[in-house]
Amino acid sequence: MTKNKSKAWLYLLPALIFLGIFMVYPLFDVIIYSFEEGYNSASQTFFGVGGYNFSYVLHDPYFLQAVKNTLILVVITVPVSTGIALLISLGLSSIKKLKELFQTVFFLPYVTNTLAVGLVFMILFKKTAYTEGMVNLLINFFGGNSVDFIDGPYWAKMFVLCFYTVWVVMPFKILILTSALASVNQDYYKVARVDATPRWRVFTKITLPMISPMLFYLIITGFIGAFKAYSDAVALFGTNLNTAGMNTIVGYVLDMLYGDSGGYPSYASAAALILFAIVLTITCINLLASRKNVRY
Amino acid sequence: MGSKEAYKKAQAAARVRGKILKTIIYILLVIWGVIVLFPFYWMILTSLKSYGAYNSEYIPQLFTTSPTFQNYLDAFNTVPLGRYFSNTIIFTLVTTALMLVVIVLSAFAFSRLEFKGKNVLFTLFLSLMMIPNELVIITNFQTITNLGLRNTFLGLILPSVTSVFYIYLLKENFEQIPDELYKAAKVDGTSDLKYLLKVMIPICRPTLVTIVILKVIECWNSYVWPRLITDDEAYFLVSNGIQEIRENGFGRENIPAMMAAVVVISVPLIILFLIFRKKIMAGVSRGGTKG
Amino acid sequence: MKVVLENLTKRFPNSNKKQPEVIAVNSFSFEIPDGKLIGLLGPSGCGKSTALNLICGLETPTEGKIYFGDTDVTDLPPELRGVGMVFQNYALYPHLTVRQNIMFPLENLKGDKKLTKQQMLEKAEEAARLVQIQDYMDRKPSELSGGQQQRVAIARAMVKIPNVLLLDEPLSNLDARLRLQTREEIRRIQRETKVTTIFVTHDQEEAMSISDLIVVMKSGVIQQIGKPQEVYDDPVNLFVAKFLGTPPINVFFGSVKAGKLYIGKEAVLDVAGVEDRDVYVGVRPEGFWLAEDGALTCNLHAVEVMGRDTSVVSDHEALDSITIRSIIPAEEQVDTSKSTVRFNLKPFKVELFDRETEERIYFEAIEPSRVAGRDMVSPDGKQ
Repeated sequence: MTKNKSKAWLYLLPALIFLGIFMVYPLFDVIIYSFEEGYNSASQTFFGVGGYNFSYVLHDPYFLQAVKNTLILVVITVPVSTGIALLISLGLSSIKKLKELFQTVFFLPYVTNTLAVGLVFMILFKKTAYTEGMVNLLINFFGGNSVDFIDGPYWAKMFVLCFYTVWVVMPFKILILTSALASVNQDYYKVARVDATPRWRVFTKITLPMISPMLFYLIITGFIGAFKAYSDAVALFGTNLNTAGMNTIVGYVLDMLYGDSGGYPSYASAAALILFAIVLTITCINLLASRKNVRY
Repeated sequence: MGSKEAYKKAQAAARVRGKILKTIIYILLVIWGVIVLFPFYWMILTSLKSYGAYNSEYIPQLFTTSPTFQNYLDAFNTVPLGRYFSNTIIFTLVTTALMLVVIVLSAFAFSRLEFKGKNVLFTLFLSLMMIPNELVIITNFQTITNLGLRNTFLGLILPSVTSVFYIYLLKENFEQIPDELYKAAKVDGTSDLKYLLKVMIPICRPTLVTIVILKVIECWNSYVWPRLITDDEAYFLVSNGIQEIRENGFGRENIPAMMAAVVVISVPLIILFLIFRKKIMAGVSRGGTKG
Repeated sequence: MKVVLENLTKRFPNSNKKQPEVIAVNSFSFEIPDGKLIGLLGPSGCGKSTALNLICGLETPTEGKIYFGDTDVTDLPPELRGVGMVFQNYALYPHLTVRQNIMFPLENLKGDKKLTKQQMLEKAEEAARLVQIQDYMDRKPSELSGGQQQRVAIARAMVKIPNVLLLDEPLSNLDARLRLQTREEIRRIQRETKVTTIFVTHDQEEAMSISDLIVVMKSGVIQQIGKPQEVYDDPVNLFVAKFLGTPPINVFFGSVKAGKLYIGKEAVLDVAGVEDRDVYVGVRPEGFWLAEDGALTCNLHAVEVMGRDTSVVSDHEALDSITIRSIIPAEEQVDTSKSTVRFNLKPFKVELFDRETEERIYFEAIEPSRVAGRDMVSPDGKQ
């Protein structure tokens, strides 16, 4: 028995070491960092302990801009992507011809490199001295005026960021919703047909309640994911997000840690903890809401 | 029951409505298909245009009459794309292999072996799933820096060789193997390790394949950690590489060459996807997330 | 409302495109009289569920016509047919209460048929009383037993007073005791409401016990239609004979020579009017009686005492079934010390079938004088 017991720990050893060093220890360390005032990376010294880091971060205009950007991104992309994904999944589940082809195509963004395709999006949306850019051409065609989506006004940049974010997260949502719809017992729809149930009523009274657990799962993961947005912004606007005014909270954390304005792990920790608190709160609210609305 | 005429009318109306709905559905799907595919088309198209031709198009052309592969040569010659590529392959292979060893061993311990505190420990493991990467990345950056592992493969690889989620997935799968097999193997005098290698792993191969594919995708596209831990081009992965190319590679204007690089780094995963389409989609719906 | 099926055929394309199409329902023609309960009976995969779906309108026939009363409903979608359907797994909406489930079809009514909330509640209450589920109106389906869920499903199908009620294997998800109880319940509800009802099942006992008429199907083709007892006593072919009855009919290889039926080497029965040929001999379990000098000598395996009667298990060299199971009255004693048991056969419980076509061969059954005085089961009495 003792032999067996020690053997079990032996099997677990690699995972325990790695998780200990790279997950558990950092978890406590980040809290310690966040309260160490005036920490210096080079000398590894600090002046004192207190909440100054949090206060600094909360008063940093860059951080406030990042929070604002992230919130706008979350508020727009989560409902939009979930809604469109639901529409597309409903469409997919009601056709037979070309279904597999559509499913394959729609999944493609999942396996592509966010940075690489972001570059393509930048080129499509960018307006330079040499070219209007593909999207502006479309806008002109419909009678609108050209806008530089990459270096232009804030709302234009935010639009591209949201658009690209939706493009990136759609495959996962479509996949989950399509399989949720497919797992609804077909007999429900047959009964509903025999009972002459109108389409809209079938959707609101049968389909939606049946897939509501998956829908809430998607909304929760969608919120968490959108709060952590970063790579998409970098892909579109380059690494210097503060200058572009398009930084996100995660971007702020990483900038504080490293890069041109880096070297402040204490500020980074404070910002990361604030992000974690926001995400945790939103997730709890979501869970409470889903408990009320997911009805079985 | 009403008259026959009324039925006929109702039926015809229903049929027309059905047709209109079908058409709307297909239009919707095609629109989204175009939105998804257009960037891919555009990157391939642009990568085939010559530098001069591209820059002389004030209004971008939707096709090209004189495709050239010069951009692909440039992509490999002017910037170290080949280097980024081989770095990424090494990083992906080593990370995935190490992770497999780590997670198989712990999943085996959790599913097969009895020891004190197993349930408590597993609950602790599961609770780690809630910790966002953004929180621990700060200390990990410091740790790796202090260990002098910046700009090394070790520094790139080490933090990502465990995944609590995959341990969980594999443990669930291992537990579905009937106890009798284990007992039979014990009666035959098979050691635990041999049983794991000869029985459990072959039986759970589909799950392992899924995990490997998902991990490969994750590694291939990873950006944040490599960006923090490398500033020497010799250790860049494709994601940092593409960012580097964009910011100071060919000069800002050589967009066709950039697109060639983008195509080159996108192709491996797309091929992987087309081969393992069903497996990848099934695997992702079981627990992958992105964004 | 009477239902008429005319030459109804449904073909499905084979999923393997090189293979020919699958004919699920082949030229169905029969009439279901108004207010009757019909059992559609056959082994799984025989097309009975497809037939039900055609009547319901969930599938459209490849050929043929369906009439409800005098109206041709062949091309009518299900929502316009006014049918009620109960599925094998009930398909109750899990997120709605029993009351909401029953009211669901009523809320779909439009135009001049639209009901007020009050009317709907009353109708739902009425339907619930019919199936005696009125005490559980505010529960969710998951809080009900299988039998109760079944009743809710029936109430939901009945609440609109359908022209035709369709039940697809409604009892197969219930345990044995509930099944017995529920089938009586279905019978009662059908009698009370007089709604023409079609009932699909693979369980012959179920079909026989509650149907006014049974339709026996095999691979998409109707084998026989009739009252349950008639079909049991007078099957048209070996398939129907084997399919009906528990324990099943015992089948022997036999031959007819000069008006006598031989099983193995023994002449067991006079069969006047049949020319010499090889046949299958079907003998119902209740078609045996013990006799010291019986014509059929079988190897005795076991005697199972069931209380009301006794079941004798034996075998014979010319047997097609696995064992012979014969039911004899409990008073009769079988000498278990012997290795053989001898029987005479009751002519009305013996059926002959062609070896090739398996079609029934009729013969003139003569009540043998030897039987006189014996306590014999009457020819039309069920065991």
